[in-house]
Amino acid sequence: MSQALVVVAHGSHLNPDSSAPTYDHADTVRATGAFDEVRTGFWKEEPSLREVLRTVEADEVYVVPMFISEGYFTEQVIPRELRLDGWDVADWESDGLSADVATYTAADTGQTVHYCGPVGTHEAMTDVLVRRAESVTGDPDVGEGFGFAVVGHGTERNENSAKAIEYHAERVREMDRFDEVQALYMDEEPEVDDVTDYFDSDDVVVVPLFVADGFHTQEDIPEDMGLTDDYRTGYDVPADVDGHRIWYAGAVGTEPLLADVLLERAADAGADVSRAVEEVRESTRVAAGGSASPSPPEADD
Amino acid sequence: MLDRHADALVRAAGEGVDFDGLRVSSTPDGYRFETPETTAEGLSEADLRGRADDPYVTNWYFWEREVGGHGRPRRAFLRRAEDAPIHSTDDPDPEEDAGRAVPDRYAALRGSAEAGGDGGEADEADAVDGDGHGAGGDGGLVTEWGQLRIEATLGEGDARRYDLRHVDDADARAADLDSHDDPLDAREVGKLDGRERYRPLKTAPSLRRGWVFPSLDPRALTEAVEAFYPATVANWYREYEGELDVDHWVDTAERQTGIYDVIDELPREGVEYVAEACCVDSQCLRRREWEYDEGDDLAADGGDGPFPCREPCSLVVAAARKWTKLEAEEEREYTFTLTPSEREQVEDIVGAVADGRAAEIREADLSEGANRYRARYLRAKRFADGESDAGDGDTDDATE
Ligand code: SF4
Repeated sequence: MSQALVVVAHGSHLNPDSSAPTYDHADTVRATGAFDEVRTGFWKEEPSLREVLRTVEADEVYVVPMFISEGYFTEQVIPRELRLDGWDVADWESDGLSADVATYTAADTGQTVHYCGPVGTHEAMTDVLVRRAESVTGDPDVGEGFGFAVVGHGTERNENSAKAIEYHAERVREMDRFDEVQALYMDEEPEVDDVTDYFDSDDVVVVPLFVADGFHTQEDIPEDMGLTDDYRTGYDVPADVDGHRIWYAGAVGTEPLLADVLLERAADAGADVSRAVEEVRESTRVAAGGSASPSPPEADD
Repeated sequence: MLDRHADALVRAAGEGVDFDGLRVSSTPDGYRFETPETTAEGLSEADLRGRADDPYVTNWYFWEREVGGHGRPRRAFLRRAEDAPIHSTDDPDPEEDAGRAVPDRYAALRGSAEAGGDGGEADEADAVDGDGHGAGGDGGLVTEWGQLRIEATLGEGDARRYDLRHVDDADARAADLDSHDDPLDAREVGKLDGRERYRPLKTAPSLRRGWVFPSLDPRALTEAVEAFYPATVANWYREYEGELDVDHWVDTAERQTGIYDVIDELPREGVEYVAEACCVDSQCLRRREWEYDEGDDLAADGGDGPFPCREPCSLVVAAARKWTKLEAEEEREYTFTLTPSEREQVEDIVGAVADGRAAEIREADLSEGANRYRARYLRAKRFADGESDAGDGDTDDATE
């Protein structure tokens, strides 16, 4: 039986780069050959969520949302637009973090759709956050002497988004790899503006739990933390702030290992992808020495 | 002749072949081989193998062994790309499914190169008929799909190869264009227009020129087309089969939640303007098939491209949200004092912006009402606030 992976994301009418990570990770998974087809669909770009399923030939489709947390998009917009017959958020049996998979028939195509939880709440996302720290410092063993901050929106927009931040911060803490670990928020305490107040370590890696770079990750957060007065002039990595070196990583969603989370989500939903998981973990690994610097900012919508 | 054709033909003969005019079967007296042009009976296996380079055989092999995908949009699209009957032999109504027979198609696919031409670069415009089919100047069968030009030719073993480029680059030498092999490059090619601006609507007629995918195989062609114009092949095929699922304005508006919940309050008249503003061919190459409601058509022209639009797209929904808010305002009466030329100039400015011509008007072309100096003069004279009038600052684009 042929199986397809469909990655669904927000996309943008204004920012040409917002879909780039989605395309990149889909390409990584496609290259593993684990799925007969790998496609992308968007709320704001094309193919739209309404029409992506009809571009897929397979009868068995694994849909993974490129979203950070469970909420309005994963619970209302995506299932409605995909026409998942009989969708009920209760079928996920989620506490706000634990959505796994629920299976439906798409009303317009008749395909069997395994609708997975978002990438942001999968446990493998913790590894991506850490990998992001390795990428930005160029050190595959980074940890000792470093603090680690995960940054999110906060509860104002969506309670579950803060839950996801706490969840990953706790898991990184349990790894006992970094000297200190802290969850920070854009619109509530502990605030990312005060990042240096929360760390004793000289070096602090800051990773926003966002799927794509945009207004928040490229303009707000760098300015809030004092990396720069004006995002347009850019900032250093690391940047000196109040006697600390801040290694600002940009959106975790751009990290190549995120492709692994797509695979894990599909695997949890019953897709046969075991070999591909190994392959992606290996091919996206950080080589010692090479530091990745964030791309220049772009306005988001 | 290729062994893979001969082997496959012998293998298939047992069950019988009936495809695009080729009929092959196995009888007690040997193989029977029939095309519209010839019939042979009592053939040995070697005789049958000897016919494996017949165009009817290589055509069968290509469609049945390489393309496959019966009932799939991609197969239908590839059939269209060489003006073949979409459903080959099993179509119940050949009148509805006209197309060229194999010899005619092969002659066209081989183009002038095999028909006595020089096989060199095209130096004349390709003629494309009303259905979008024509003969390529440098030897192939040309179809168009929006701003895409697809030229099909015969490659190794008569497998099809496709040259894909912008319609306006029909006559360009491939060497003068940026060449691509990976169909997914189409995502990058289609991202920005010729002025390096982001194209949020993939079917806007603003595809840049200057690129070519010179030799795609069938799978890669459909991938590239999918990247340029997502879901257009799938929807075209649904429509061809009489199964296009159209969601009209009312259905779409009522489905919305969150910040788009309001758009069902846009007056019907406003929906007319939306279709007129966004969906005509000068703005979008999809042919609008959605109307205000079932049996309640909009007056605006839907366009006449090959691929349909089955419901208001996200861009139109987002724009409609803005218009819904604006239309909620009460009208007021204003009194302006303008000279006749100034009044005309205001119309010129609106026209130039609406037609996307404003940036093209030359600095010193003062005969144009939308010329920058003319507009600045008018502002200085009539709009007392002078320099920048920043508006109400309501520039939120929906993030939900
Ligand atoms: S709704 Fe209008 S602008 Fe949008 S894709 Fe359809 S025809 Fe084009």
